[in-house]
Amino acid sequence: MTVYLTAFYAYPLYRNVELSLREYTVRSFVQGGAPFAGLDNYRTVLTDSAFGPTLAHTVVFTGASLFFQFTIGMALALFFHNHFPLSRTLRAVILIPWLLPLIVSASTWSWLLNSDSGLVNAALGVVGVDRVNWLTSPGWSLTSVIIANVWIGIPFNLVVLHSGLQAIPTEVYEASALDGATGWQRFWSITFPLLRPVSAITLLLGLVYTLKVFDIIWIMTRGGPTDSSATLATWSYRLGFGNLLPEFGPGAAVGNLLIVMALVAGLGYIRFQRSQDLR
Amino acid sequence: MTASPPRSRWKTGVGLMLTGLMLFPVYWMINVSFTRDQDMRATPPHLIPTDGTLDGYRAVLDQQLPYLGTSFLVGLGTVALTLALAAPAGYALAKLRPPGGPALSFVLLIAQMIPGIIMAMGFYAVYLHLGVLNTLPGLILADSTLAVPFGVLIFTAFMSGIPDELLQAAVVDGAGRLRTFWSIVLPVSRNSIVTVSLFAFLWSWSDFIFASTLAGGGDHQPITLGIYHYIGNNNQQWNAIMATAVVASVPAAVLLVLAQRYVSTGVTAGAVKD
Repeated sequence: MTVYLTAFYAYPLYRNVELSLREYTVRSFVQGGAPFAGLDNYRTVLTDSAFGPTLAHTVVFTGASLFFQFTIGMALALFFHNHFPLSRTLRAVILIPWLLPLIVSASTWSWLLNSDSGLVNAALGVVGVDRVNWLTSPGWSLTSVIIANVWIGIPFNLVVLHSGLQAIPTEVYEASALDGATGWQRFWSITFPLLRPVSAITLLLGLVYTLKVFDIIWIMTRGGPTDSSATLATWSYRLGFGNLLPEFGPGAAVGNLLIVMALVAGLGYIRFQRSQDLR
Repeated sequence: MTASPPRSRWKTGVGLMLTGLMLFPVYWMINVSFTRDQDMRATPPHLIPTDGTLDGYRAVLDQQLPYLGTSFLVGLGTVALTLALAAPAGYALAKLRPPGGPALSFVLLIAQMIPGIIMAMGFYAVYLHLGVLNTLPGLILADSTLAVPFGVLIFTAFMSGIPDELLQAAVVDGAGRLRTFWSIVLPVSRNSIVTVSLFAFLWSWSDFIFASTLAGGGDHQPITLGIYHYIGNNNQQWNAIMATAVVASVPAAVLLVLAQRYVSTGVTAGAVKD
C-alpha cells in the first residue's frame, strides 16, 4: 500500500512540484534538460494579469455553489424527512444528477442554456424576459456554470443531511412539541444546532470538491469568454494542455496553489473530525 | 408519524413535483435525443418528442461504439485494480494494525482532496517517460487513484466491524493469514466490495480529465472524450450529442436501480465517518 501511495500519489505530486520549479517546454520533456527556474513560474503566475480575476472567480464560484447547494439540499432533506409514500424511492432517484458523468450534465446544461434555442431562454421569453446569452457573454458565463454545478451538488447535500436528520432522536421533537414550538422555531433551535456537525462536514467536503471542479466549466465555457468564467483549475489545465505551446511550469504552479487551498480546507476537515471524536 | 392519508398523499405530490423539477434537465436530455433536426430550433420547443426520430441513436451506434467499449474495459480494469489494492490494505489497517496505520489513513484522506488537474499533470510527466501515454493500462492506473483511497477507507471501516473471534477461529482451524483473508474476510465483506466496485466503476466511467490528458492522442479513447469531440466537431446535431449522453448515462442509471442501497451507503460513508 505504501508502495502504491508512493508510486501513484507521491511521485506524480513530486513531479508536479518539480515541473513548477523548472522551465519546461515540450522539447525538454522529450529530451530532458529543463533548466531549473526556482520560483520564476510562481512569479510569472502571480504577476499575470489573469491571476486576480481568476482567483476572484474561484472564490465566487466556490462560495455561491456551496451556499445554494447547501440551502437547497437542506430544504429538500427536511422535506424528505417527512414520511410519505414513495419518499425513499424519490430520494434515490434524485441522486441521478450526482451520478451522471459530468460531461453529460455539462453538455445538457450547455444545450438548456443555449442562446438561440435553449429551453431556458424560451421559458424566459414566455414571461417576457429578453434572451440572455448565458454562455457567450462575459457577464453571465460564471453564473451559468454555477447553476450547473449547484444542480449537480444538491443530491449529495440532500443525502448526507438527510442521514444526519435521521440520527436526531424523535424524543427531542416530541418534547418541543409539548412546549408549543412552531416549525420554524423547531428548525432554528433544535434541528439546525443538532445538525451542525453533519452540516460542517458537508460544507467542508463541498468546499474541497468545488475547488477541484474542472470538467463542468471546461466543457460549458472553456473558462471563457475572455476568461470570464476561468477558475484556478481551468487556468491550470489551459496553461498545461489547452494551448498549442504548453506551459507546464506555470500550469503546475497554479495547480500547486490550488492544492494549498484544498489542503487548508482538508486540514480543517480533519481537525473538525478529531474534535468530534473527542466528544 | 401518524399522518392522515390525505395529508401524506399531498406530500407525495409535492415530493414528486420536487423530484420532477430536479430531474428535468435529465428529461430534457432524453427528449432532445429523440428530436428531429428541423424541430430543434422550434419556438416554442417541443416538450415531448411527438415526431420523434431515432437518428441520434443511429449515429451513436455508427460512431460511438468503440468509445463505449473502451470505457467499459477501463471501468472493469479500474474496479479489479481498485479491489486488488484496497481490500488487502483495508484488511491490514483494520485488523493487523501495522505501525503507521493511523498516519496512512490520514494520508488517504488527504489524497482524496488533491485536485484532478494536478494528478493529471504529474501523471503526464511520468507517463511520457515510461511510454505508457495513450495506453489502456496507463489510463486504468490513473483512474484507480480516484477510487483507491475511498476504497481503503470504506474497507477499513467495514472490516473493523468483523469480530476478532471469527478470525481467531479460522487461525485455530489452521488457516494462514492469506487464507483467512480470502475465505473469511472477503465473503463477509461482500457489501463493502459492492459499494467500492460501484463507485470505482462510476468514477472511471465519468472521468474526463485523465482521459483527455493521458489518452487524448491515442486509439483507445473513452466515451467522455467521444462526447467531447462530438460537441466540438458537430454542434448542429444535438440529437446525436444528447443520444450519446443518454447512452453514457445508462451505467449510472442501471447501477442506481440495481444497487440503490449501496449507492446511498457510499455517498454517506464517504462523508460521515462512523
